[in-house]
Amino acid sequence: MTNEAILSLTAYELAQAIREKKVTSEEAVLAVFKNIDENESDLHAYLSFWKEESLKQAQACDAIVAGSTDPEGLPPFLGVPFAVKDNLLLSGRRSTCASKMLEDFVAPYTATCVEKLQAAGAIIIGKTNMDEFGMGASTEHSYFGTTYHPMDKNRVPGGSSGGSAAAVASGSAFGALGTDTGGSIRQPADYCGLVGLRPTYGTVSRHGLVAFSSSMDVAGPIARDTRDAAAILNVISGADEKDQTSVSSPKIDISAMENYEVAGKRIGIPKELLGQGTQTEALEKARAYFASNGAEIEEFDMPILAHAVAIYYILSSAEASSNLSRYDGIRYGYRDPDATDLSELYTKTRSSGFGLEVKRRILLGNYVLSSEHFNDCYRQAERAREKLKRSFEKAFEKYDLILCPTAPGVAPELGKIDQDPLASYMADLYTVPASLAGIPAVSVPCGTFREGLPCGVQLLAPRFGEQEILGAARFLEKQQRKGAGV
Amino acid sequence: MDYETIVGLEVHVELRTESKIFCSCPTTFGAPANAHICEVCAGLPGALPRLNKKVLDYAVMTALALSCEVTKESRFDRKNYFYPDLPKGYQISQLYAPIGRNGKVEIEYSGKDDSSEQRTKTIRIHELHMEDDAGKLIHDPLENVTRIDFSRCGVPLLEIVTEPDFRSAEEVVAFLEQLRNMLKFLGVSDCKMQEGSLRADVNLSVRPIGEETLGTRTEMKNLASFRAVAKAIEYESERQWAIVKGGGTIARETRRWDEEKEASFSMRKKEDAAEYKYFPEPDLPVMRISDEKIETIRKTLPELPIEKKKRYIEQLHLPAYDAGILTSSKPLTVLFERTAELGGDPKEASNWIMVEFMKILNDHGDNAEDFEMRQDSLGEIILLVKDGRISRASAKALLLAAYEQGAIPEEFAQEHDLWLISDKEALHPIVEKVLQDNPKALAEYRAGKVKNKQFLLGQAMRETKGKADPSILAGVLQECLESE
Repeated sequence: MTNEAILSLTAYELAQAIREKKVTSEEAVLAVFKNIDENESDLHAYLSFWKEESLKQAQACDAIVAGSTDPEGLPPFLGVPFAVKDNLLLSGRRSTCASKMLEDFVAPYTATCVEKLQAAGAIIIGKTNMDEFGMGASTEHSYFGTTYHPMDKNRVPGGSSGGSAAAVASGSAFGALGTDTGGSIRQPADYCGLVGLRPTYGTVSRHGLVAFSSSMDVAGPIARDTRDAAAILNVISGADEKDQTSVSSPKIDISAMENYEVAGKRIGIPKELLGQGTQTEALEKARAYFASNGAEIEEFDMPILAHAVAIYYILSSAEASSNLSRYDGIRYGYRDPDATDLSELYTKTRSSGFGLEVKRRILLGNYVLSSEHFNDCYRQAERAREKLKRSFEKAFEKYDLILCPTAPGVAPELGKIDQDPLASYMADLYTVPASLAGIPAVSVPCGTFREGLPCGVQLLAPRFGEQEILGAARFLEKQQRKGAGV
Repeated sequence: MDYETIVGLEVHVELRTESKIFCSCPTTFGAPANAHICEVCAGLPGALPRLNKKVLDYAVMTALALSCEVTKESRFDRKNYFYPDLPKGYQISQLYAPIGRNGKVEIEYSGKDDSSEQRTKTIRIHELHMEDDAGKLIHDPLENVTRIDFSRCGVPLLEIVTEPDFRSAEEVVAFLEQLRNMLKFLGVSDCKMQEGSLRADVNLSVRPIGEETLGTRTEMKNLASFRAVAKAIEYESERQWAIVKGGGTIARETRRWDEEKEASFSMRKKEDAAEYKYFPEPDLPVMRISDEKIETIRKTLPELPIEKKKRYIEQLHLPAYDAGILTSSKPLTVLFERTAELGGDPKEASNWIMVEFMKILNDHGDNAEDFEMRQDSLGEIILLVKDGRISRASAKALLLAAYEQGAIPEEFAQEHDLWLISDKEALHPIVEKVLQDNPKALAEYRAGKVKNKQFLLGQAMRETKGKADPSILAGVLQECLESE
């Protein structure tokens, strides 16, 4: 197989090809690293990668395949090169969270979801760039510099899992793990023409995921197609005794996704997510695919969504301000060298160790948790979150799925987002509702639009409704292949 | 004008679980610095707390023992502040839904003026909550550095908060002693103040007698013994009253008790007190505690000291004083109950413990709450006396040997030939000899000096080295005196 042919495969297909000895894992790893050599300086998808160790692992995988009498019994991703976001710990590797604070922090243990991916035979070839501690939507808030959009170097890949999305979209990895607090898997997947799945809160263990907002953080796949997303989820999900908020969930039946029955499905579109300035071409395309195949589509009112962004920023910043308190310069990570007493050690370390956006969130979090504002900010937001959850429950009594945009439009140009933080927060309107409700959501590509850039749509279902949204996403994926004559 | 002191307590108790509250590190006291830490208790990135179920069970047990309402949906909250001994930057505690609320404890104490009179009083428990302990800062003045030992991080704590129901140091000390005893009976804590496994902070205010509103209170920390608690309360009451009487105002502050100077010093004013930014801990799910679970735990509760005391008095007919002493220590009750069971006589068992056993403990400088002796020994000794096989004097020697060397009474008596001589034939020649050796005493007896019989009996007993059965020996003597 040529490098080009190898790199065009999905993770699922590559694993199959390796098992069938049509290609070796070593060839796949070499192809990926050749691509990295050629493109990484323009992309900056990775914060670290390790070619030699990856090749050694690939050779070991190939040996397993060579010695196996039961290829179908081999681990599902044996020999497939994957990338993981830098806020997921991998023992012995730097895990910086794209922060000066953790520039030299080497993880002493491995995150459960990464461990599970490794156990499934995946070769982790590197750690990807992100917005510092997951705070941001462009990857521009990385202490180590932005990641660029693989199709347009003047644009951002989205964020915060922008490095993971850029790597998978550009052929520098066959799949990646991202993390999603307020949309950090779905939005960069959307911008980069990939499938991004935010699993039901708790189905993937958070052990080893560096906390941003504990009640909303989840790890999940950024994948080349819906089958990869489902297969990766099946590998990384499961209850974990090291995370007491984790739960076990049914595995996705991947073959059943192919037979997803659209006819008779009731699909709701919240009117609040069709506001002005939203690019809705992708949404209209998806609506047409569903409608022409017999689904009932209805727009409906969900007024609480008008407050979703406010609720999200209050609660996530409150939790973040507390979660980031451990970075104090005492035990590990950055410590300001000029501090002369304890108070100065804290102030100087945290002032120069954290970037602007992280400090903004910490300040916001401290404000909403202060005794003066706790009741009118935090408690109110908590109650509103409950109301939002109930609104979703009510909506799902009526609809099998909710369909909406993933982002207001295609990937923005570099430097545009940070000019107005509030406006950039408002762009999270489409993704934060699922985060607050703890429900699964997938962003799936729905064609290319302005300037040839991809744009997708988002599908939401009740808790543990991954089979439903992945089936519907698979349907959209196949419709477009038909449309493109594939 | 006279005044009264109002005190409320915040008591921290380290739970005696094998592992920490949110991870599996051991809780061993006195381990080398930082020997027992992991990613969870040392606050590494990505680590999550996982509740040790034993801690919850112990907390529910304690809540029930303190007659608290157990919260059916209890949860943890984060208390945020920066300090080098606090690796996560927050303590995981309980503010909004503590595990227990609205409890009470009946205390018995001696009044200040009339120590013989026992008084009782009910102290209300405001709440009981679980939390994790912080590490320890160790300052090294020689090198002028501060080192941090994180091993104590995550050791489970219960905080017991009382209502301001105390009016004197005596009441406070009585409460603490009773609480400590109760927790040891429950087996949930060692309650060693010196090792910091029981720590009490004193909230104190004063007001003129008759006044209804509470005065401004201060909080006092670093009280390392019950004696320090009593001293600190007296000191602080006088200090505050002197200020109030002089027309001044009490500053709302935290004060530190200096044991050596026997005085308290301001640590920090309320104005610069930290803003803790409490909020619900998102990493730990709500703890749903069913009625069944509460009942199951209630059934495992041991008989508590106050219940035991009542039973000893009412059913075993022990004097209140003896019952009080016996139930002041778990090992003592264990010894007493086993001894009473073996010997069949609770009063006798109690007497032996109250007199002879306590004397042995005192002579050895040992603590009634923490001694070791084979449970059956005293009961066996009492039986040997009852069966006339050893003398009371030998029994005391046996008890000492049992305590000091772990001697088994039967074996020790055999080895040291402590058995009583109850054989008349064997005693006869001894008595004859004594009569021959004491002609004068004998002559006087015959002349009517009856009390000389007692002297002769004593001589005979001495001759047997105290091993003769006293009643049989007396019978033999009587026979000899009559026969001549």
